[in-house]
Amino acid sequence: MASWQWFHRLGSPKWFYEKTTRWTQVIGWLALAMLSVGIVWGLGFAPEELKQGNSYRIIYIHVPAAAVAMAGYYVMALSGAIGLIWRMKLSYMVMKCAAPIGAALTFAALFTGAVWGKPTWGDYWVWDARITSMLILFFLYLGVMALQEAYQNQEAADKTCAILSLVGMVNIPIIYKSVDWWFTLHQPATLKLTEKSSIAPEMAYPLILMIFAVYMFFAWLLLTKVRVEILHREVKTQWVKDIVMGAK
Amino acid sequence: MNPVRKQRLIVVMIIVVASSAVAALVGYAVGNMGDYFYSVSQVVKGEAPREKSIRAGGCVIPGSIKNASDKLETTFEITDGVESMTVTFDGILPDLFGEGEAAVVTGKLSDSNVLVATKVLAKHDESYTPKEVEDSVQNPNNHSKACEGMTYDS
Repeated sequence: MASWQWFHRLGSPKWFYEKTTRWTQVIGWLALAMLSVGIVWGLGFAPEELKQGNSYRIIYIHVPAAAVAMAGYYVMALSGAIGLIWRMKLSYMVMKCAAPIGAALTFAALFTGAVWGKPTWGDYWVWDARITSMLILFFLYLGVMALQEAYQNQEAADKTCAILSLVGMVNIPIIYKSVDWWFTLHQPATLKLTEKSSIAPEMAYPLILMIFAVYMFFAWLLLTKVRVEILHREVKTQWVKDIVMGAK
Repeated sequence: MNPVRKQRLIVVMIIVVASSAVAALVGYAVGNMGDYFYSVSQVVKGEAPREKSIRAGGCVIPGSIKNASDKLETTFEITDGVESMTVTFDGILPDLFGEGEAAVVTGKLSDSNVLVATKVLAKHDESYTPKEVEDSVQNPNNHSKACEGMTYDS
């Protein structure tokens, strides 16, 4: 049992709250700095694109938002799974807090995609596999948020949300591979891990920076929300009372 | 891991596997139904219905785009490398529409086998090239990847 001790300590809301106080600040400032540099670089200094002109610059918002919206779903679903298996309260809190952030990012990806689609494809919305599966992701996030509110009992809400998250997890690889499996108007992946990316380096660097920046931003938002959720759920404990009363 | 947790882990894994299987079956069923999309060859051979709106995709043949002088109407030809067909469209074309680029058209076939499009969409590929670089290289044949290696002599 000793080998699992670190894991159970991680599940202690008090321990987590104390450890993340400093980290949340560091990650927050890092996210702000990276986002500022990335936005100015991408929107202001990256070269104009040959065929699309300036409208391609939406990529610097669209791709990072979509990438983190999908990664955020794994964070939510895996937190739910850990909650189900180890009955870890903190893990359920992470799951709950990831849902609205993921929903907002998915909406951002869909919205910027629509704005980008009109001048380049000729339409705001097409029912192709990539866009439809992304819309399903948005509904899954909304579903988890709604289920959280549907129960009086927090434990029941957490368990149901965890199961929905896990069932919906199948959608993530579908979104990712949709551009390869079906004929879509949406382009296939530009940034590739295994082969040469089909984007000029001076356009790719700000994009990669923006992807990391939005990951940082997600981490900061998630930590901040989880910390609030911890205070909310542990409000009856002495250590939270001490913090609220300003004793610490 | 203690036996109770191991059991819960197995339940979680069953949920993931079962939902994946359901999604795979649904995807398979939908894949079989999605044939309202026709290749240019199928349309030319008469395999596409005439009374219904269809979708067809292909590459715009260079030199085939003709704009009417008195109205917005554009006529162009698309090909899948084997056959080609004529499309007319009365509307504003997307930025990425052009010769040698991939396009997806929606519309009905006229009696003379011309597709009267209600919608023309341009498909763009995954490559992004700066304008200045391309200007200096002076490459006139920078066409989307879907249309790369396409011969237009049919």
